Amino acid sequence: MFDYSFAELSSILVMQGFAGLILFSVFVLMALGLAIIFGQMGVINMAHGEFMILGAYVTYLTSHLFLNYLPFAYPAYFFVAMVFAFIAAGALGLLVEWVMIRHLYARPLDTLLATWGLSLILQQIYRSTFGAREVGVELPDWMMGSLNVTDSIEVQINGLFVMGLTVAITVAVLVLLFKSRWGLQVRAVTTNRTMSGAVGIDTRRVDRMTFGLGCGVAGVAGAAFTMIGSTGPTSGQLYIVDTFLVVVFGGAQSLLGTVASAFTISQSQSALEFFLSGSMAKVITLLIVIGLLMLRPQGLFVLKVRR
Amino acid sequence: MANDDINQKNGLISPLRRQILKGMAAVPAMAAFGGAARPSFADGVNTTGLAVTDTEVTVGILHSVTGTMAISETGSVQAEKLAIEQINAAGGVLGRKIKYIQEDGASDWPTFAEKAKKLLVNDKCASVFGCWTSASRKAVLPVFEQYNGMLYYPTFYEGLEQSKNVIYTGQEATQQIIAGLDWVVKEKGAKTFYLLGSDYIWPRTSNKIARKHIENFKHLEVVGEEYFPLGHTQFNSVINKIKLKKPDVIYAIIVGGSNVAFYKQLKAAGFDLENKQTLLTISVTEDEILGIGGENIVGAYACMKYFQSLKNPNNEKFVAAFKEMWGKDIVIGDVTQAAYLGPWLWKLTVEKAGSFDIDKVAAASPGVEFTGAPEGYVRIHENHHLWSKTRVGRARADGQYDVVYETADLVEPNPFPAGYQ
Repeated sequence: MFDYSFAELSSILVMQGFAGLILFSVFVLMALGLAIIFGQMGVINMAHGEFMILGAYVTYLTSHLFLNYLPFAYPAYFFVAMVFAFIAAGALGLLVEWVMIRHLYARPLDTLLATWGLSLILQQIYRSTFGAREVGVELPDWMMGSLNVTDSIEVQINGLFVMGLTVAITVAVLVLLFKSRWGLQVRAVTTNRTMSGAVGIDTRRVDRMTFGLGCGVAGVAGAAFTMIGSTGPTSGQLYIVDTFLVVVFGGAQSLLGTVASAFTISQSQSALEFFLSGSMAKVITLLIVIGLLMLRPQGLFVLKVRR
Repeated sequence: MANDDINQKNGLISPLRRQILKGMAAVPAMAAFGGAARPSFADGVNTTGLAVTDTEVTVGILHSVTGTMAISETGSVQAEKLAIEQINAAGGVLGRKIKYIQEDGASDWPTFAEKAKKLLVNDKCASVFGCWTSASRKAVLPVFEQYNGMLYYPTFYEGLEQSKNVIYTGQEATQQIIAGLDWVVKEKGAKTFYLLGSDYIWPRTSNKIARKHIENFKHLEVVGEEYFPLGHTQFNSVINKIKLKKPDVIYAIIVGGSNVAFYKQLKAAGFDLENKQTLLTISVTEDEILGIGGENIVGAYACMKYFQSLKNPNNEKFVAAFKEMWGKDIVIGDVTQAAYLGPWLWKLTVEKAGSFDIDKVAAASPGVEFTGAPEGYVRIHENHHLWSKTRVGRARADGQYDVVYETADLVEPNPFPAGYQ
């Protein structure tokens, strides 16, 4: 590692820092939807990955729609696809909440089992609809490739895109939660469900909207991940472990915690991967997380909740 | 019964319980003989009670059509069904039409073992075409050896295995790896290699063979070797390492969903596989490119025994028939073609042996030639693997490969390579 020039090493350092930031944005994007649902409602949604893949499939369909009917607008199709993905995943979320989840509130282990079953059902639906093979989502040319900042430093365009999207969605969710009337209600319900009901908040409606929003955000994340990952019936499973890791480590009820934990995990994993190897990096990251959770079982950040 | 003997030897079952178990085991056997399908015993064609009548023979197809592996195994199922249909249209095997029973391994290895037992014990299948991952093959192997079945296994795999009860119709690791490395050294003047793989037995064994060949036989350098958990989707760190080490060749054995992420991120990071960076893979067939997207992998080299674009009359007929049966947009990868060989090799072997008996089929297998193979000509070796040519293809943007090299002779299968352990 020491027989390289200073310029080479420093440009690798910059690119490696950038790789860590991309991983960070990916983690935040994955975890945000789950954090909203798990954190605010206490529902463990094992089908989170499948909601993401629904977003990816919607993107795939949208790209074909644009290719066939609106070829001139093709370079911009991705933005439309993200909106569609949000609507589709959100709508499915509302439906699932109405049919299944609302009967299982306050029974976390039952929701875990039920949503796991839901994930299997969704996987088989995708398999029957789109085929067992992965589908290739084509991207407009401007989204591929990299920008040359200097001769030796290259920055991936899709990485920048994911980072921008993550910032936008995180800000939007934070504004919704902390500045809107609906967000006030959500926070009230999280803190004290019975009391919120007593003062006239329709807690059921708040729950439904929260679940729908969480699923919708998952759909947008899925749409974004067509740039970096695969789209197949079981691709959602690739993300679910990391997602739970981030949310649990961050402290279930805190969005700030989710962001902080995504940062910690992504930076350590990305750095370890560079100095060790892929598998070892994962092992050590998991060991660090387990160690920290033993010292601080409630996660990095905790919100005071009256139970 | 064989398992009773084993159990008795190990003292696992008391004599009384053994009697009861024997009585229970007799019930399904009676049911089978009482059914409409009477086994034919004429002329020693079937002396061991397989499901063979005067007009029909039953075989099994055992792949995952649900779960993660369905992505890969679907093509194999389609190829086997096509081969069976063609054999039936041409008069069947020893004058008997093939009837298949399909079971779903569901991407779960114990399920594979259970279904294999069902196909052999209940259905008395004369042969089984199936399995894809090494893990599933390892799970069913004891079942096939205990109940004396015949498995035709289609996937290229790591080697280090040989069984009387299995015919390996894909390539073992040395066949696939060595010719490709020799080619890239000679043709591209490669001096340094970076080995990548998913973290399980096949990539690790294959890379071990590749490393031995590069270091001990070619006296060149491996500058990095790395493995990633299955399903890993973030490759930016390793891509930076590759940028730093600047290897002449990236040697990639990444599988499944990770593949898609790896090639997309490699392209996004500015690696130009068409003009600047040589990448050689043994894990990306035309099937995988569907998910990766041709534009993301164009220019990469793949080393295997079959490409859909091979130009020979057998292959042109095969591709046309496959598309007619399964749709014009379908693609055919290496394993799909190997799966197609299974029923044909079995038919030829049975006809050579003049019998469906497993022992006779196993004994007759070495030397069986199939001249109608889409990949050209193949022959079964004494070690139950196939002699086959190895080819290097270059990925095009439309998801197909241009064949740029093929070995002059058939490559001998060598599942236990000396000097590579």
